Amino acid sequence: MRKLILVAGLLASSLSVASAKELLNSSYDISRELFAEINPLFVAHWQAKTGETLTINQSHGGSSRQAQAIIQGLRADVVTFNQSSDIDVLHQRGNLLPANWRERLPNNASPYYSTMAFLVRKGNPKNIQDWADLTQGDVSLVFPNPKTSGNARYTYLAAYGAAKQRLGDDAARNWMVDFLRRVVVFDTGGRGATTSFIERQLGDVLITFESEVNNIIAQYPDLELQRVVPATNVLAEFPVAWVDRNVTRNGTAEQAKAYLEFLYTAEAQQLLANFFYRVHHPEVIAANADKFPQTNLFTVEQVFGDWEKVHTDHFANNAELDKLLAEGRRSR
Amino acid sequence: MTSKLGASPLLRRVLIGTGVGLSVLLLLTPLLLIFIAAFSAGIGGVISNLRDADMLHAIGLTLLVAGLTVPINLVFGTLIAWCVTRFTFPGRRLLLTLIDIPFAVSPVVAGLLYLLLYGSNGPFATWLDAADVQLMFAWPGLVMVTVFVSCPFVVKELVPLMSTLGTEQEEAAVLLGASGWQVFWHITFPNIRWALLYGVILTNARAVGEFGAVSVVSGTIRGQTNTLPLHIELLQQDYNATGAFIAAALLTLMAIATLVVKAILQWRLQRDH
Repeated sequence: MRKLILVAGLLASSLSVASAKELLNSSYDISRELFAEINPLFVAHWQAKTGETLTINQSHGGSSRQAQAIIQGLRADVVTFNQSSDIDVLHQRGNLLPANWRERLPNNASPYYSTMAFLVRKGNPKNIQDWADLTQGDVSLVFPNPKTSGNARYTYLAAYGAAKQRLGDDAARNWMVDFLRRVVVFDTGGRGATTSFIERQLGDVLITFESEVNNIIAQYPDLELQRVVPATNVLAEFPVAWVDRNVTRNGTAEQAKAYLEFLYTAEAQQLLANFFYRVHHPEVIAANADKFPQTNLFTVEQVFGDWEKVHTDHFANNAELDKLLAEGRRSR
Repeated sequence: MTSKLGASPLLRRVLIGTGVGLSVLLLLTPLLLIFIAAFSAGIGGVISNLRDADMLHAIGLTLLVAGLTVPINLVFGTLIAWCVTRFTFPGRRLLLTLIDIPFAVSPVVAGLLYLLLYGSNGPFATWLDAADVQLMFAWPGLVMVTVFVSCPFVVKELVPLMSTLGTEQEEAAVLLGASGWQVFWHITFPNIRWALLYGVILTNARAVGEFGAVSVVSGTIRGQTNTLPLHIELLQQDYNATGAFIAAALLTLMAIATLVVKAILQWRLQRDH
């Protein structure tokens, strides 16, 4: 009987919530702490502006998996991903938003960006400063599997792009064989790789987004881990979009657009900088200059072509990544 | 051979000792560790984690899913068991085999099947859309897959018992003029009630702990479609190991309570026969 009352109560509460305006933000898996702080800011901002009380719900997961769920019916109003190809999929396979979604918001619809960084153990015992140092001596590496993780795809492309600039195409290829051979374990996602590096004490260097490196350092102050940002590096965009079909159905078009535009305001950009994401707002950049080492950033498109080409050339079965890994195994 | 084995007290002690030792090592220690880790941040940490809105919602949602799954499978399981043991009809054996499907397929596959059927690309999509009914990525979907993965338990408990009980008592009641409902209520139900309860407990245990199928259709929206097992994974990924262990300890407590009730019932079942 008590269970029945509880059930009735829950049903009633879920129904009553549905009548107030809600936004569902579908995001990548390591952005929870970030949006947990941004959302209340926007709710207050929207309340002051329109008098309407919003509730913002969050769903987090690997961004390809999140896109898949939206195609299959998850009614997310906005997506905040770490791979623009995962938003393209929403257009290609579900026609949930227009092909030109990048042009609807400034900076390629990417309110913030990041780049790759190294996390090294206390005192940087292997003296790692740049990509070239990663293949010195017996240095061993940890990063997730580029086949399953967007994070690791950026690591792979950053390393390859930097090597091409440093060594030229042919020597870069040989360097990549050595680089990939040194990976101790390919976890499926970013947080799994962090666990391998921290809890299992595997590897000398963990490679992940600069923002995540700083996050890990803050999480484990006792380990006195250090951050190293290589000089030549990839620009990793964090694209956002509202999902047209869902906002039309939910009647949240206005709110969804305002929410994403809010990410470009000084208030939100400062918060993003606090989480060590690089931002575009000039004043916020000036105020946080010491946080972000000067780097020479290249875009994936500049070096490797568009993402579809990158996928077929590098990450598809038996493409470049598989070949490099196989060569590494043979040379061992 | 066996008498020799039993005759040597030393060997017997070694064997029993190994058995107990392994059980402690493989079963008891991990259980204890869950509770130690849960309390690692002290009572205050436990309370603040338990009072977290997402955690409370996950607990409530888990109870809601179990609370709906159990009655559905109770009725469904009793009906099927009644059909199969009281009537002979073509396809009876096939039906008994079909009942095993949820045990035979992986829960993840079950979740994907439901997603394909009731998701945006499924055959019912236009109809569901027009009626503005959201099944997948909402609590109805969680209940649907949980009902699926846990539906064989009640049937599996009832069928052997009802087969051995036979139909004599029920036939006698019918001859004396009892209606169908009276036969069930006064003859069948008293005979099967303990087995029924046992089936309910197993169903409940599975419903509360289900991860795979639920994970596929949940969409893991915090505070909306996140059950306790899913919440454990999320907390773990948030670097909130204590929170994850507290949620795990809660699930473990539910499981232990289930086991205790199950043991009592088993004892009563044996005594009744």
